[in-house]
Amino acid sequence: MTDTTQGERATQPNMGAYLLGHLREYGLLFALIAIMLFFQVVTDGTLLRPVNITNLFLQNSYIIIMALGMLIVIVGGHIDLSVGSVMGFVGALAAVMIVNLDVPVAITIPVCLVVGGLIGAAQGYWVTYWNIPSFIVTLAGMLVFRGLSLWLLEGQSVGPFPREFQLLSTGFIPDVFGVGRPNVTALAVGVIAACAIVYLGMRKRARNMAYGIEDEPISFFVVRNAIVAGALLFVIYKLSTFRGLPNVLVTMGLLTIVYAFLTEQTTIGRRVYALGGNVKAAKLSGIPTERLTFLTFVNMGVLAALAGLIFAARLNTATPKAGFAVELDVIAAVFIGGASMSGGVGKIVGAVIGAFIMGVMNNGMSIMGIGIDYQQVIKGLVLLAAVIFDVYNKQKQR
Amino acid sequence: MTTLLEMRDITKTFPGVKALDNVNLKVTAGEIHALVGENGAGKSTLMKVLSGVYPQGTYDGDIHYDGQVARFGGIADSEALGIIIIHQELALVPLLSIAENLFVGNECASKGVMNWPETFRRTEALLKKVGLKEAPATPVDRLGVGKQQLVEIAKALSKDVRLLILDEPTAALSESDSQALLDLLLELKAEGVTSIIISHKLNEVRRVADTITVIRDGATVSTLDARTESITEDRIVRDMVGRDMSQRYPERERRAGDMLMEVQGWNVWHPEHATRQMIKDINFHVRAGEVVGIAGLMGAGRTELAMSLFGRSYGQNISGTVKLKGQVVDTSTVAAAIRSGLAYVTEDRKELGLVLEDTIQRNITLANLSDVSRSGVINEAEETKVAERYRKAMNIRTPSVFQRVMNLSGGNQQKVVLSKWLFAGPEVLILDEPTRGIDVGAKFEIYGIINELSAQGKGVVMISSEMPELLGMSDRIYVMNEGGFVGELDASEASQERIMSFIVTD
Repeated sequence: MTDTTQGERATQPNMGAYLLGHLREYGLLFALIAIMLFFQVVTDGTLLRPVNITNLFLQNSYIIIMALGMLIVIVGGHIDLSVGSVMGFVGALAAVMIVNLDVPVAITIPVCLVVGGLIGAAQGYWVTYWNIPSFIVTLAGMLVFRGLSLWLLEGQSVGPFPREFQLLSTGFIPDVFGVGRPNVTALAVGVIAACAIVYLGMRKRARNMAYGIEDEPISFFVVRNAIVAGALLFVIYKLSTFRGLPNVLVTMGLLTIVYAFLTEQTTIGRRVYALGGNVKAAKLSGIPTERLTFLTFVNMGVLAALAGLIFAARLNTATPKAGFAVELDVIAAVFIGGASMSGGVGKIVGAVIGAFIMGVMNNGMSIMGIGIDYQQVIKGLVLLAAVIFDVYNKQKQR
Repeated sequence: MTTLLEMRDITKTFPGVKALDNVNLKVTAGEIHALVGENGAGKSTLMKVLSGVYPQGTYDGDIHYDGQVARFGGIADSEALGIIIIHQELALVPLLSIAENLFVGNECASKGVMNWPETFRRTEALLKKVGLKEAPATPVDRLGVGKQQLVEIAKALSKDVRLLILDEPTAALSESDSQALLDLLLELKAEGVTSIIISHKLNEVRRVADTITVIRDGATVSTLDARTESITEDRIVRDMVGRDMSQRYPERERRAGDMLMEVQGWNVWHPEHATRQMIKDINFHVRAGEVVGIAGLMGAGRTELAMSLFGRSYGQNISGTVKLKGQVVDTSTVAAAIRSGLAYVTEDRKELGLVLEDTIQRNITLANLSDVSRSGVINEAEETKVAERYRKAMNIRTPSVFQRVMNLSGGNQQKVVLSKWLFAGPEVLILDEPTRGIDVGAKFEIYGIINELSAQGKGVVMISSEMPELLGMSDRIYVMNEGGFVGELDASEASQERIMSFIVTD
């Protein structure tokens, strides 16, 4: 236990320095909270109403799901511009299969995910084995799949979907305790999740202390965890007073956990970071760089397909315009979340928070009645500011 | 005869290294002056000082040019006085035409609009002067290296060159191209152009040079006048390598054990030019506990040999066998080579060896993640333990293993690379210039690690351009030149003179 006290004593005097060194990680979280509080005030409390919170998740789920894949592609040193079109194409495919061809939903969903994977594989093939820049390949893919969705839908909107398909997006987890409102299942999940976050944080902290690594001052640790757990419980409570946990939120939450684990705790994740950081060094360390890059694109394709299904289910129709320019929101979310254009840097949690920042801004500005013209300008400036902040921080550290 | 250039007491220090120590160089107008010395002796640094790459103020000493003290703030200043340097790596834009390359940055234009007829007319005149029979519109990448070299010289002539500096101009040229180039130098000399030529090829130096300055360890050793006395290659070699062995190498009990690795009939062709053979029928072996040196000049093919052995990371149409402990092993991919028991510590640690943005810990485990993970999930506690173990064993100076590698000094970075490969558990380590750019103290530590490996019965192949290091560390030395092994020496019979004589007589 003497280690622990020594560690604390060593870190306490440089709290300012610690904050400066980790400004980016804290900054992102606080930026999200500040933006939410701002809109909460200017929208007279509309932003955090249960129904609006539910809507926020439903509206942004497909962006967040694609941001998970995009983060990995960008960490690997590439980019995928085709995700919006792929998402629209898969939505169209699902509509044609279910509505026009009467294929059962249980068959359509896996088929669509496989198609997404194949699209990713086709693009990844050219990027990886022919060394064609991913920007070009996926720009081509963006045009091709935009065209193919128009062709599939013959320029029309196709819908509506059967109810079982809509549940993918608009369904809620039933309250197993039968209380209804507040939804006790949701509350229970929230409490368990909050406890898990605090427990994992403490475990990591204990481990870092044991190795005598520079760790955050205890006060920071407490405040940060209190804010995160508090915010989580607050959101879940609000949801529970409405209709409980949306299915998409659960999908999204589970995927976020899985991908955070994959990128931070597994050898595959580690290798993707290494190849994004220095592909030559990774290759000379025996890492199959080509195969991994290829897989990042396959993964992106599957997630884009899932996003397409969720989006179509939410609108209850597939339109030729679905997914238009969505790739830009996804990419912006990843960069706001702290990923580096040159690869090797970025975190899943960052990308998710980045997506929420974009989502809350969209939502808040719409509630305020700000025109789409100004909304675009503001979003653009926020993206630029986030990246400038990154570059500035990096220069200062040198 | 007037003195065109005099460099007096030039001293240039890099952090931790004194690259030039009171060097003096005097060049007479209208002569060809050869600058010779081993790799790393300071020739290129001296020429960078002269051409303004290292501007006035970053070194001590004076440059007198044409009777005046010269102060260069950059290359433009030296070029304005007619000092043009042609680097070993040619600085041409491959996709642009000869004409465009000749006048890049110096275009025949009025108010920013190109004057193409004038450009082509002047290009033709310059090409005629250097004896290059190519159309001015030919893209440079269609020319061979020899012709590209001529384009560089034509470019220098277009700038009214008075002092032409050529860094290893014939290193990449065939015999006939080299002859043509040397003839051109003699022609230019007749027209009054003074040149400084840096070369390892002593026969060429003897053929064209009027004066020879030998540099060793950043200091001028001798200036020989070839016009008044006959100078033998032996004499030059002696001056080049004749340092007393003041550097120390840790003692090691030399004992070669059982046969560990055998390479037989190894042939490699250039990755892009399928007809160019880079490695020519090489055979060699390493015994357990043996440190085997590979000597050679830059461009001899040593790195290419190592990279092709290690997972065919270089070249194409590779043939030959690699045996470890008598068994033929698979080295067709890097992963297979590592599994078979090979490790390769690259020459360029920043470009090829490390993920600079990542921490020490992550770099150390990168080549062997399976030993710190179970079912693909990394055990970070175990990983930290491993990293800590190597930090202590290798004496990596860092506050913690969570430090980013980019913040470490060169010596500590090299220890991280070595740690990575030791953790991969190899039988044979190929070390490519393991002490390049490292200060003396860290060098000694690296030598200690090499000796430790040998004591454990590992085989070490050490590629180095520093001959004292090779002589001090190796049990046996292979001498490599132009893609083939041209000699093998036991430590007891090896000397710098003998190694050099293998190379210069090849």
